[in-house]
Amino acid sequence: MLAEVAFTAPHVDFAALAPEIVLTAGAVLVILLDALALDKIKPFISIITGATLLGAMIPILWLANNGVDRSLFGGAFVVDNFALLLKAMFLLSGYVVVLLAMNYIAEGDYWESEFYAMMLSSLLGMVVMCSARDLLTIFVALELLSIPAYMLATWRKRDLKSNEAGIKYYLMGVFASAIMLYGMSLVFGASGSTLLTDVAKGLSGDNVRPTAVVGILFVVIGFAFKVSAFPFHAWAPDTYEGAPTPVTAFLAVASKAAGFVAIVQLIYVGFGTREDVYQPLLWVLAAGSMTAGNLMALRQKNIVRLMAYSGIAQAGYMLAPLVVAGNDKVGDKPLQAIVGYLVIYAAMNLGAFGVIMAVARKTRSAEISSFRGLFHYAPALTVAMTVFLMSLAGIPPLAGWYAKFQVLSALISAENASGVAMGILVGVNSVIALYYYGTIARSMWADDAPDGDLTPVRVPPALVSAIVITAAVTVVFGVLPQAIGHFTNGGLLAIGG
Amino acid sequence: MLLNQFLLLAAALFCIGVYGVLARRNAVLVLMSVELILNAVNINFVAFGAFNRTVAGEVFGLFVIAVAAAEVGVGLAMVLLLYRNRKSIDLTEVDLMKG
Repeated sequence: MLAEVAFTAPHVDFAALAPEIVLTAGAVLVILLDALALDKIKPFISIITGATLLGAMIPILWLANNGVDRSLFGGAFVVDNFALLLKAMFLLSGYVVVLLAMNYIAEGDYWESEFYAMMLSSLLGMVVMCSARDLLTIFVALELLSIPAYMLATWRKRDLKSNEAGIKYYLMGVFASAIMLYGMSLVFGASGSTLLTDVAKGLSGDNVRPTAVVGILFVVIGFAFKVSAFPFHAWAPDTYEGAPTPVTAFLAVASKAAGFVAIVQLIYVGFGTREDVYQPLLWVLAAGSMTAGNLMALRQKNIVRLMAYSGIAQAGYMLAPLVVAGNDKVGDKPLQAIVGYLVIYAAMNLGAFGVIMAVARKTRSAEISSFRGLFHYAPALTVAMTVFLMSLAGIPPLAGWYAKFQVLSALISAENASGVAMGILVGVNSVIALYYYGTIARSMWADDAPDGDLTPVRVPPALVSAIVITAAVTVVFGVLPQAIGHFTNGGLLAIGG
Repeated sequence: MLLNQFLLLAAALFCIGVYGVLARRNAVLVLMSVELILNAVNINFVAFGAFNRTVAGEVFGLFVIAVAAAEVGVGLAMVLLLYRNRKSIDLTEVDLMKG
């Protein structure tokens, strides 16, 4: 049977692959420089990494300007506007994470150049994920982004907490990807193809095979682990607390967004016709994540754990629009809502982690009480943190408000009970979330600094620029929502098969 | 063609693997249980590939084998690290962080 298949070399459109090629070259360069001349090159490794990430933006801008959808490898790798927008988001969040990590990694006695090589590999996986329209490509992209992330979480080799963070993340991640693979094998069996467009054809029809039902559920559950949705969230708070803080920011933003990109592609391109199978599961995941995440965030004492639980709740808001994804009245609205939310969430969450790291440089603590009286000795950081927290809570005129508004508008436009019920849950949960975000903000502005210690925080320039970039994005997208709406409007963002 | 038998074998392996991941306390045995699940996946892919007369199943199986090797490499390194720092690879003792 194997002999029947003659091999013909596929035509490869290298322009479409240029961002991935730049990232690969950057990662290889960092490893080679490390091996050949570490002593001389060490201070420049982070700069080379940043330059690689910005360099990969150039072909993306060119491709976006060119405007033609490109499909490679028989449709397994598609470069369309959806892919380009998210690739740009991953590269820019990667750049901000490099800015966050620069001083932290250099001052903390870590392995430095390997750190950046791992991060570039992980980002390469995320960038591939944006274009992956085939089960095999999605799987390889997922592993490429996850395996370096497991290592990054364990980066403090001698620290027991970091070990624990890594091993929990690793075991949960491997277990989840094994379950996802089992689901993929069943979906492949039921549809006869790994290409998502063919999977959609194979799964459509009045009768659905039991193997397909189990397969779809297992695949979605596998990615629910990745985006830390309830009840598969148990690893997230421990991993976030134990990992080095820049890695936590990376996991909380980029890694989570990659899981969402995969879910969106699977549901919009592959499983779209089977909303009767995935919608009940997504309803439970979304409702459970936002409620459980917010309730558990209320009793946290550690700011990083609080951000982990708030991230679980935010994952719930992002899953919510998918509940109405198959509805004819909504069209592409859920897709736009999720992509807009991902971009805005990346900016505001990375910014919040930037401030947490800046404050921890002085207080050496991640306790929420260490933020008391911040205004009296670091007013600029206080203003920035307030902007990020209020944006996460969804207060106008900050970007988080527009993201939530898009989610609600998609849910309500479905005009059915499940959409409206989910909309009400989002509303109730936003109020709960405002309580714990607001508590931190109030204690920064109103309380006295602990022990009357008013020495200012010295923030290195890289960290300042990271906070300024993310704050600017958070404010601009809130005041001028059409700026993000321009990128995510319907005509631009239809996913190509 | 025999398909159900292969699927049943894979389903049994999958269940044993899931049980192992949830019940085992030794980190290496948890890794081996994950390998059982991945082998169930491979059996499924090859059986479905042969049944549907496409090589996609075999190709997917090869990718799973290769990626699983990389994954277990990282996992064993982490278990070794855990052993060096704690002198134990009992996962129930890895509980510094809670709540």
